[in-house]
Formats: sequence, structure tokens, C-alpha cells
Amino acid sequence: MFKSFEPNKIFAITSKAPKYVFSLFIIVLTIGLTEALFLSPEDYKQSDAVRIMYVHVPAAWISLGIFSSLALLSVGSFVFKNKNFALIAKSLAPSGFVFNIIALVTGSIWGKPTWGTWWAWDARITSMLILALFYGMYLLAWRIYENNEQVIKITSLIAILGVVNVPIIKFSVDWWNTLHQPASINILSTNTAIHSSMLIPLSIMTAAFVLFSLLIFLMKYNTELIKVKNKGLDRL
Amino acid sequence: MINEIVSMNGYGFYVWSAFSFTLISFTTLYFATKIQLSKEQKKFAYKFGSLSVQKATAARLQNINREILSNTSNI
Repeated sequence: MFKSFEPNKIFAITSKAPKYVFSLFIIVLTIGLTEALFLSPEDYKQSDAVRIMYVHVPAAWISLGIFSSLALLSVGSFVFKNKNFALIAKSLAPSGFVFNIIALVTGSIWGKPTWGTWWAWDARITSMLILALFYGMYLLAWRIYENNEQVIKITSLIAILGVVNVPIIKFSVDWWNTLHQPASINILSTNTAIHSSMLIPLSIMTAAFVLFSLLIFLMKYNTELIKVKNKGLDRL
Repeated sequence: MINEIVSMNGYGFYVWSAFSFTLISFTTLYFATKIQLSKEQKKFAYKFGSLSVQKATAARLQNINREILSNTSNI
């Protein structure tokens, strides 16, 4: 079933794809930034500070999505004993971590004009910080451990333990009284509290961020495959 | 007009710092990843070049090795 996903077969695609993804990313990002910074309306309460949403929200969504993927891939690598799952997870993690940091920093910047503080030990913010710590542990484990079998087990364990935090982040605004506002968009229903004039730039910026994480994933995955091949040449 | 864009109704500092931080993070991650990839490609090309003719012929039979070498020449 997974034979068509073997690194040897897909490298031809993954090595050529980055240049096309990069061009598409630049186009979508330019449109997204124009919409987000100049064309979208200001909010009646938050005024222009609302524009921070166009970088903060997509970054938070993608960091959560990537961590959930890490956990799924880790389960996959355990169940199917396929090391390629671990390689894919390892290549996804850096962009997930950077998006998590972006969500935290831009959230903090947005907090100052709206809540009057840069930081609060609020349930949503604290759980996002915990996610960043899990990302940090995951990436560090890949750097620290040399033994391949051992590192796959440890990183999988970190991803599976850390994914427990994902629903906590999602529902933290409903379970506890927090400074953070509840979700304005529900992908499972058509009910959104955002007007289309703001939803469109938000969707374009999300698409740009997805393309960026795809670009980094492809470059990182190619790096990992070449590392494997370098070890193979040593054994020849 | 430009003043309005820069000041963003008094929120310019917050808006521009958030967008700048995001774009700087993107640029840093992109170049860090690109440098790492180029380093591994160069290492591969060097190791491949130091193989004996027999070993190089055997290694060249794998499609992935040919792909890496063809990409390395584009660096």
C-alpha cells in the first residue's frame, strides 16, 4: 500500500516541486498582504489593530494542524513500521514550530492594544505556550539522539503525548473564563461571526501560510532524503 | 495617504511589528532550510565524486542518486 510513497519514487517530484510552490506562495502572499493591510475594512471596535488577525489566526491554525499531523504520522510509523512516516514528521516540525512562535508573538502584540497587556497566563495562551514546548522537545530530540530506532520512539512519544494538548487549546476558550475571544469561525458549520470582507483576506493569508509550510516541508524532506543517501554512500 | 497607512489609526506600531515579525521568521526559516539543503547536496556530490568507477556505476543505477546529482549541478 505504501510502496508508491517510497522516497526513491517520490524524490523526482519533491525535488522539482519547491520552485513551483515558491512562485505560487509569492503570488498568494502578495495578494493576501494587499488585502490584509490595505483593502480589508477596519473593525468597528478594534479599529486597524484587527489586521493582526490575518497573521495570528492562520499561524495558530497551521501550528495546531501540523502538530496533529506529527501525532498521526507517529502512530503510523509505530503501526506500519514505516520509517518514511518519521521522516515526513521530522520535515514538518520546523515550520509547525515557527508558526507556533508567530502565533504567540503576534498574539502578544495584539494583546497590548486590545487587553492592555502583552501577556496573561490565560488558558488559551498558556496551552499554546505548552504546545511550543512540545515542538521544542520534539525538534531537540532529533538533534540529541543519534540512534535512529531510539529517536523515532522518543519523538513519536513526544508527539502522541503532546497531541492531548491540541483539543485543550481548541476548547480552552469554552471550558474556562479567558481573556481570549471564542472561535469566530467553525469549519464544521456554515456559522461564522466574521463578515466576508474579512473572511476573504483571512482565507487568502491562510492559503499563503499553507503554501509556505508546504515549501519548507518539501525542502526539509529533500534534505533528509539526501542525508539518508549520504549515509548509503558511506556504506558502499 | 502614506501617513494613514503607516499610523493605522494609532495602531501602526502593533500592526507593522506583527507583520514584520512574521515575514522575518519566514525569511529566516526559508534561508536556514535552503542552506541546509545545499550543504547536503554538496556533501553528496563530493562523496559521489570520490567513489571508485565501479561503485559510482552501481550507485548511479538508483534513480534517486541521479536526481540528487542533477539538482546539485543547479546550486
